[in-house]
Parts: sequence; C-alpha cells; structure tokens
Amino acid sequence: MSIDNAISIRGLGKKYTIGGPQERFLTFRDVIVNSVKAPLRRLIQRGADQSTNEFWALKDISFDVHKGDIIGIIGRNGAGKSTLLKILSRITTPTEGEVDIYGRVGSLLEVGTGFHSELTGRENIFLSGSILGMRKTEIEQKFDEIVKFSEIEKFIDTPVKRYSSGMYVRLAFAVAAHLDPEILIVDEVLAVGDASFQKKCLGKMGDVAKQGRTVLFVSHNMAAVSKLCSKAMVLNEGKITYSLGNTHDAINHYIACVNQLAKIPIRERRDRQGEGKIRITGFSVLNQYANEQVILVSGQWVEFQIYYECISEKQYDNLTADISIHLTSGRFVTLLSNKFSSEPFNQISHNGRFSCIIKKLPLTPGSYSFNLYIAQNEIMQDWIQDAVTLTVEAGDFFKTGKLPPSTHEGALFEQIWKEV
Amino acid sequence: MIKMISTQKIPPILTAGEPEPTIKIRPPKKWVPVDLHELWEYRELLHSFVSRDVKIRYKQTALGFLWAIIQPFFLMVVFSLFFGRLAKIPTDGIPYPLFSFAGLIPWTLFAEGLTRSTTSMVHNAGIMTKVYFPRLIMPISGVLSPLVDFTIAFVILLFMMAYYGFVPTIAIVLLPLFILLAMMTSLAVGLWFSALNVKYRDFQYTIPFIIQIWLFASPVVYPASMLPESWQLVYALNPMVGVIEGFRWALLGTKPPEAIILVSACVVVLLLVGGLFYFKRMEQYFADVV
Repeated sequence: MSIDNAISIRGLGKKYTIGGPQERFLTFRDVIVNSVKAPLRRLIQRGADQSTNEFWALKDISFDVHKGDIIGIIGRNGAGKSTLLKILSRITTPTEGEVDIYGRVGSLLEVGTGFHSELTGRENIFLSGSILGMRKTEIEQKFDEIVKFSEIEKFIDTPVKRYSSGMYVRLAFAVAAHLDPEILIVDEVLAVGDASFQKKCLGKMGDVAKQGRTVLFVSHNMAAVSKLCSKAMVLNEGKITYSLGNTHDAINHYIACVNQLAKIPIRERRDRQGEGKIRITGFSVLNQYANEQVILVSGQWVEFQIYYECISEKQYDNLTADISIHLTSGRFVTLLSNKFSSEPFNQISHNGRFSCIIKKLPLTPGSYSFNLYIAQNEIMQDWIQDAVTLTVEAGDFFKTGKLPPSTHEGALFEQIWKEV
Repeated sequence: MIKMISTQKIPPILTAGEPEPTIKIRPPKKWVPVDLHELWEYRELLHSFVSRDVKIRYKQTALGFLWAIIQPFFLMVVFSLFFGRLAKIPTDGIPYPLFSFAGLIPWTLFAEGLTRSTTSMVHNAGIMTKVYFPRLIMPISGVLSPLVDFTIAFVILLFMMAYYGFVPTIAIVLLPLFILLAMMTSLAVGLWFSALNVKYRDFQYTIPFIIQIWLFASPVVYPASMLPESWQLVYALNPMVGVIEGFRWALLGTKPPEAIILVSACVVVLLLVGGLFYFKRMEQYFADVV
C-alpha cells in the first residue's frame, strides 16, 4: 500500500507564538529591552504557565495520500488548512512530525504569485511560470495555450498594471492552470474571478485529476469539493476531526460541526479572534413585534441584534459592527455593516446592543451561517465565525408566490420587468 | 463537542523496501547543508529573478540605462575635484579621474549587490510566503543583477583608459577574478544581512550608512599604499581592499598587491561560509517571521 503513497504525514504539528513581540517586526531596541526584562520576568513569573502565548495551528496530523487521489481539505477559517498546505509546500517548517513526499510538488496558494505590475503579460507568464516551478522550455511550449486560456491575446504585450482586475486574474490563473507537477497543492484560489471563468478553471482542474495526478484541494466551496474530490477530510482547530474518507460524508460532518457550534451560546464560545476590548455576548433575531425568530421567511421584516460588552469602563468611539452571511455550504452571500449604511457608532454605552433592521429579507430558502464581527478604529475586537446558523424558508418575497429554484440559492432582488 | 471520527488506521512510515521520498519535510535543524545540486536545478528561476530586476529597474525613467553610469561618473567628478585637485592625494602615478573611477566601479558593484541582497528577502516576502524555492536564490540574484550596470560603467572606464593612453598589462586576465571577489564579498555580507533583515528591519536602514563608512575605509579615493607598510595586512582584513587594489592592478598595472589579495580572499571565504550556514539555519523560519 505504502508503495503507492504520494504523501505520508506522521504526527505533524506547528506551533506559533502569539501575543509576544513576534507579532510585529522586531527591532534591535526590542531585543535589548527584552533581554534586560526577560530574566526579571522569569524571576517574577517563576512557575507561571509558559504555554499561554503558544498556540498549535496544527497538532497530531497523520494521514496518507495515495497517488492519483484528489483530496479535499475542509474546515473553517483558522482551522489550520493553510498552515498544512504551507508545510506541505515547504514554505514553512513544522514544529514536530514528519512528511515524506514522493514526486514533484507544485503549489498554488495564491493567484498571480510573482506577478510584477511593471512587466507585460508575456513577461509575467515567463516570470510567474518559472516561480511556480516550470522550466523555460515548458513555458515556451505552453505559451500559446496559456494565452488562449486567459482570453487576453490582444493585451499580451501590455504591462499588467494597465489590466483590469478580471484580466489580471485570468492571466494569472491561466499560468497556474498549466502547471504540470505530479502532486498539486491548491488553496482557495478559485474564489476569485467571474463565474464562467471559475467554471473553466474547475474544468481544467478536473482534467488534471483525470491524468492521474495527485491533488490536495482546500476550499470553502462545498460544491467544488464534492464535484472534484474523491476523498475529503475535515480539520478543526488544528486537528483532524474527520479523517480522510468519503467526500460526501466529510462535507456532512463539516456542516454538522458548523451547526453544532452555532448551538453553543455565544457567550461561551471560545473560538474568537481579536483584541477583545469589546466582546460579542449574544445575537438575536427578531420580527417587527420583537418576537425571537428561530426560522426566517424570505421577504419578512427582520431585526438582527448583536449584544456586546466592553471590558473596561473606557469610552469607545468609531465602532463598526459587521454581520457576514454565507450559505452553510460555504459561499458568501453578503456583508451587513453599519459602516455601509450609516456612520460608525460613537461613545457607546458600556454594554448594549447594535441593531440592524432588514425591511424585506432578500434571501432564498436555505441554510445560512452568520459571522459576527466588531472593530474599533478598524482594529478587530471580536470575531466569531459561524456564530449562528439560521434556516430561511420559502416566503412570498415577490408577492407572486414564486421563488428561484433551489439551484440558485442566495440573494433575491426586487425587480421590475417590462416589455419596452 | 466535536466527535473524533476515525475511519483509517495510520501505520508508521515504513523505511525498508520503499522508494526514497523526493522530499522529506522535518522540523528545523541547527545545521543545514547547502544543497548545491538543488541550487543548480533552480538556475532558470535565478535567471528569471535577475532579468526581472534588470527589466524593472529603469522602467518609466527618461534616462534609462544612463542611470547606471550617472552616479559613479558624478562621484568621480566630485572626488577628482576635492581629493585629486584640492587634497592632492597621491595615486601611484595614475591620473586621478581614472584612478578613482577604476575604484568606484567595483565599489558600486559591491555596494549595489549588498543593498539589493540585504533587502531581497523582505522585498520578495509576497513570493516567499506562497511558493517554495531555495531561498538562497534571492540574495544571489540581488548580487548578480548589478552586473548589468557594472558592464555599462566598465565600457566607460575602457574609454577613459584609451583617453589617458593606458594600455593594460597581461594582468588583465585576472580581472574576472576580482569581479568575482567583489560579488562574493557582497554575497558574504548580504547573506548575513538579508537573514537578519527578515527579523530585524533595522538592517535595511543601516545599509546606506554602512556603505558610506565602508567607502572611506576602502581604497577608492586613495591608494592602499598611503597606509604604512606594517598596517597593510590589517587593512586587507577589509575584503574590498583586496578587490579594489586587485582591480586597479589588473587594469592599470599598479604595484601587484599579492599579500593583500590573499588576506582579503580568506576573509571573504570565511564570511561566506559562515553566512551560508547562518542563512540556511534562519531560512527555516523566514516565512513565519517575515
């Protein structure tokens, strides 16, 4: 069995130190100051828990990837997916454990790695191609194909700084899509570009897979994962919570996890990020009669309330509150924020609520997950992903009793149609 | 709250009767050897980085590659006025403009190489955190890319030699050696600095200052022969002394500075080997701290 392995991972772990001076650039002054302080601190804190500033982005990861497998790795932001890919791509080193890889690895952690805005499309194809690990002769061979795939033939000798962002992404992905390693490691790169181009890229990746290459694919897009991957695994807080197996079951496990997490009272959630001067303590969904809602209906009047608490008695200004809504299958639908529709909140009370009213809920039936976020002076104070999940049921949004089919989950728009 | 589901038993990695893995990923080690074979495998990437740096250097400038000679040329004019005309510094019988330009050219090659290699890691952080390649490629490309400017300035130097009627001696065959030594010096120092700069951004700010002081600690505006005989070898601990004196000897036929070159070359080799090991050790943490 092990003869067919493309990747063997045993006991892999990666530890980061957070909160310490490592967070920003160290200067000599810091080092000097620290070297004076450190012995003092050690005297004072003797026996204190040293591990508080340490955090394991990955821990005890072991699995085998067979040649020709297409593996999906799913998990929420901060679950350790990117760290895993970075170790496998040899960008960073693990703290413990070992990995053996059999074959040439190509990694795509970003679209347009190495692109330089001053260079022309042609020059960038060669530059980016060689950075991604292609040989010059290989790029020359595939050059016409890359240009054709990118659909920007006319601008190939224009500096890419004159490109629209769409053209830029297309060219960048065209280069990446022609990478030809035995093992391909792909991060969430498909999240960019327009839908038809995304489809083309997915198609291309499917082709790569058919040629018997091994692919590791990280995505939030469950549709893409289930379409492409033969096996999948779920990561959560740096650990494997569903080991490599049937893609469909892995996705279900992931969705179940998200739903389960959303059932935990927000006050008790520990998977938060941010400075924490202001914390989110609750979230409620009300209708116009101030009744708590468990299930929403398309087109209904709805009020979201974020409960918060300030840690100190200080007065805080310039606050923004965001509610990001996405389908539990991964795709983002919209972002609500007081910074879009009004001014930031100033001189907020010590603890209270931020309210956001949607007069006519423009969501199709489906299951939605809400991320809650509070920032002060644009510094993240608290961020809880998948704080709650809510089900939206069919409602009479258009006053016609009709709604788009379930293949078109997401947003609804008020619309006026005429024959003119 | 989240159940661990295990559908697969994980056997330990077998070691016997298996093909050798292409890549082994292990936790950081103290001593990492330099993989010259891998470096050679990545030579095309090195070429891409150098050609990128050369191409973008003078983009959107009106004077373009003229900039390669403007700086050393004007420095030469200023030096000739102050040190040649006013201070009347002896130059082993060579006209001062030629003397100083022959020093400035290898000096500029070194100084540019040092500056670019020091900042190379931080400037390319975006690439470094997204794709693997031997990180040594970065400082090496920083040292190689000033060669283009050097070549242009060198042509000017040849014209100046013709103007002053200087015919090079047979020693000119050794010239490439001194060009190589200049680049090795900037790489040796650049390796230390680029690795340190990843963590401590102080280094990129000290570079202009270090280069300024180093310029006057090197025989650019004055000959090494101005120092007392007994201090010559101590002076040669500055590798740029060997480079510049050697360069002048090979080109203008000044007194051969064998001992100086030997000392300087030894210092460079020591710095370079130390720099390589330091760089390889720090390389393992670059993506986490940059």
